[in-house]
This record gives sequence, structure tokens and C-alpha cells, in this order.
Amino acid sequence: MKTPLHDVHSGLGASFTDFAGWDMPVRYSSDLAEHRAVREASGLFDLSHMGEIELAGPQAADALDYAFSGKLSAVAVGRARYTMMCNERGGVVDDLVVYRLAEERYLVVANAGNAAEVSAELVRRAEGFDTTVTDRSAETALIAVQGPTSAAIVGAVSDADLSTLKYYASVPTTVAGRDVLLARTGYTGEDGFELFVAADDAAAVWQVLTEAGQGHGIVPCGLACRDTLRLEAGMPLYGNELSADGSPFAANLGRVVRFDKEGDFVGRAALEGRPAPETVLVGLTGSGRRAPRHGYRVLQGDDEVGEITSGALSPTLGHPIAMAYVPVRCSEPGTTLSADIRGRLEPVEVVALPFYQRR
Amino acid sequence: MTIPQNLRYTKEHEWISVDGDVATVGITAFAAEALGDVVFVELPEAGSEVSAGTPCGEIESTKSVSEIYAPVDGEITEVNQAVIDTPESVNSDPYEQGWLFKVRVESMPELMDAAAYTALTQEG
Repeated sequence: MKTPLHDVHSGLGASFTDFAGWDMPVRYSSDLAEHRAVREASGLFDLSHMGEIELAGPQAADALDYAFSGKLSAVAVGRARYTMMCNERGGVVDDLVVYRLAEERYLVVANAGNAAEVSAELVRRAEGFDTTVTDRSAETALIAVQGPTSAAIVGAVSDADLSTLKYYASVPTTVAGRDVLLARTGYTGEDGFELFVAADDAAAVWQVLTEAGQGHGIVPCGLACRDTLRLEAGMPLYGNELSADGSPFAANLGRVVRFDKEGDFVGRAALEGRPAPETVLVGLTGSGRRAPRHGYRVLQGDDEVGEITSGALSPTLGHPIAMAYVPVRCSEPGTTLSADIRGRLEPVEVVALPFYQRR
Repeated sequence: MTIPQNLRYTKEHEWISVDGDVATVGITAFAAEALGDVVFVELPEAGSEVSAGTPCGEIESTKSVSEIYAPVDGEITEVNQAVIDTPESVNSDPYEQGWLFKVRVESMPELMDAAAYTALTQEG
């Protein structure tokens, strides 16, 4: 599948990769330069492969409270919330961001690889509630501007008052005369914005942001740097840190499971009955330049204790960073473990997440 | 992307330049671009024996890691210390400053010429 911006990326000389069935830019020039641009200036991302599902109706909030782990009925209009769709076993179907657009209208943003399942599952879970469920993925493009100069760029092209637009909030506005839902959200560890636009308006909005960003160091960015940016920020990636067999608690995301909300939600019984997790997600740092990668073994002495879920040489920090599931007894920061990097054991130290936090 | 006419190539995307009985080995621009920014190169030690088609080092980008395969049988005579210190030269200058190691050739399998390698890179 191709996003509405595919031709734009080709014109910019992007290299493409398959991501969940989508032909997406992996990089335009250099992963490191794009990563650095987001940390020091701004990056422009096409995220149109992600899924957008709208719920509207008097019981949209109730349907979401039942469908997801969070208490979406408590989210104020104009605000957003990070949440999970769990299965009956308490495993994670997807991690999502839900925007409350109006009293009776929500926008659910799902990962590309899970979008079809989330959409179908939302239809099922909303049965019996007075709400519509509309998959708007095909007609919606998503463009992100992320980095310390992003507010200057977005401020130059929209009338929205960014000084009052908080992190995890959204506001309808216009950019280049096109209707945009402007959200202050992201997946990079920097200040940043995500712009939901009609697919037909995507190229025009991309162009306007590119022009507005010229004096602010904006660089088009691919999925390769998106992955290293989110890893430095300690953010989980579905399929690496999160899965249908894992639990939100093991991923240190118990805070998004709201047992205190009224009524049932899918996965509640399994999650309430489940003992504390035996393995938990930790951050690991190494020395040298060889990075532990997804699937590599983690050892304590001679004993295999866990597995790397994500890892890379951190472009910002200059040393290897990784996340891994390890037994609770090995999870204390300062604990020395080792990673089997293609047959050679390299020492790694457990550290608190995130690896990188913006000032 | 230009593919130098004077070099020989392997299906693992290495280039080989032969001078007498010494072959200089690197990875192609095509391979470097597929890897992304190279951040780490591990090379065989000078004096070690390598055999054609077997891994003798590794090359790592932020996104992925690949093995370096010896294109010939022989003894490593020299490794490029500069590329270990500045691995980005594999991206910026893969056929000159980005060379990886030299090997005294004891036996060389049949290698591709530029035309055959060009065809390989266009197979998708």
C-alpha cells in the first residue's frame, strides 16, 4: 500500500521499506542526520500508514471504556490519552492514542500493523452501545513535525494558539487553507505535533510545512530514525516490547490500566486475577559500539535470563542502548548482565528508562 | 548509482580490486545504501586466514547488522584502521577511503564483473 505522500517521498529521493504492508520511507539521506535533526531542529514525518478510527454517539465514551484499558470517559474534550486495547487474556492487542474531539466524538489512532484488527474489534466491542464506529484510515493522512523548532514551524502556518495547546491535546485548525486536526503528540521524545488531514490535502500541507521549516532546520525523516528516536525516549514499539501474549504490567504500563473505572472492560478479569509479573521490561546500556538487537539473549553469569526486545547504538548518546524483558530479581538499576551479541558476550547495565529526556 | 567497471563483485555485495596477488576488499555503494549509516566495522586481524564465502567480520548501521564475507581464500595482510575509526567513510566513499581489508590471494572463486553485478542489483 502507498500513502498519499508516496510520490512526494520518491521526489525527495527516499529509500523505501515495507512496513506492515505499506511502502514507507526508511530514510531520505542519512538515518543519523535525520535523527539529529529531530533532536536539534525538526523532522517531518509521513505517518499516514497509521489507522484512524472515529467513534461518535451518546455512548462513544462508554464503548471506549469497555473496549480499552483506560478511562476515556474521563478525558476532557480537546485532550488525548495513551491507552491499550487488551484481549480477554490481558494481552495487548495494540497500544493507541485516543483523542477526545467533542463530548460525543473520539478519534482512535492505531499502529499500522494492528489498524485493521483494532477497527474490526472496535466494531464488535461497541455492539450494544449507542455509537458509530467509522474507520477513517483510508481518507486520512497523518503528518508529524517533531523537534525543538516544531512549535515555530507549526505556529507560522496555523492560527492555532500553541501557547495554550498542551502536550497530549489537540485543536481543529487550518493549514494552507485545509482543515487540520492539530495534535501536540509524538513518538520521538521531543516536543512535536501531529497533523491529521484529508488524504487529498496531504501533499499541500507537507509542502507548506517544508517551506515554513526552511529557516528552522526541518528535514524529512524516515522510519529508521523514528525507531532510534523512540528507543532513546524509552517508548515501547508494538511487536517488540508489546504483544498479544505480554501484559501491560510487565511493560511497566500498569498506569494505563484503570481498574478503578466503573464497569467491565475487555481483559479486566484476566488482568485483575494475574499475579505480579515475573519478568519486566528494563533499559540496558552497553559500552563500545556493538549493539544488542531484537531477539538476542540476555544472561546473568552463565544463565540465560531474558531477551532483547529492541536495541541500537544510540545516535544521541554514542553508546549501545536496548530494552529487554528480564526477571524481577535482575531488574534493579545498576545490575550487571550480559548480552549475547552474535556469539560474544558483552556486558550491559540495567538503567532506568528513558535513556534520553529532553531538557 | 555508478558501479566501477574495473572491479570484481560478489553476490554478498563486496567489491574486489586485484593487484598482483593482493586483493583489496570493500562493500559496494549499493550495500552501503541498503545498510544506512554505518556506525561500526569489525574486521579480521592481519595475519589471519580467511576462506571464500565465510564470514570474517561485521558491519553495523543504526538500523541493522550484516556479516562481511571473505570473497577469496587467503591471508589478511592489512586492515583499514581509518575505516574502523571513521566507519561513515563506508557510506561516503565506499570504493576508495571505505576499503575494508587486503588479502593475499591463495585461491579465488569466479567473481562477477560490473555488468553482472549491475544486473544483480537491478533484480530488486
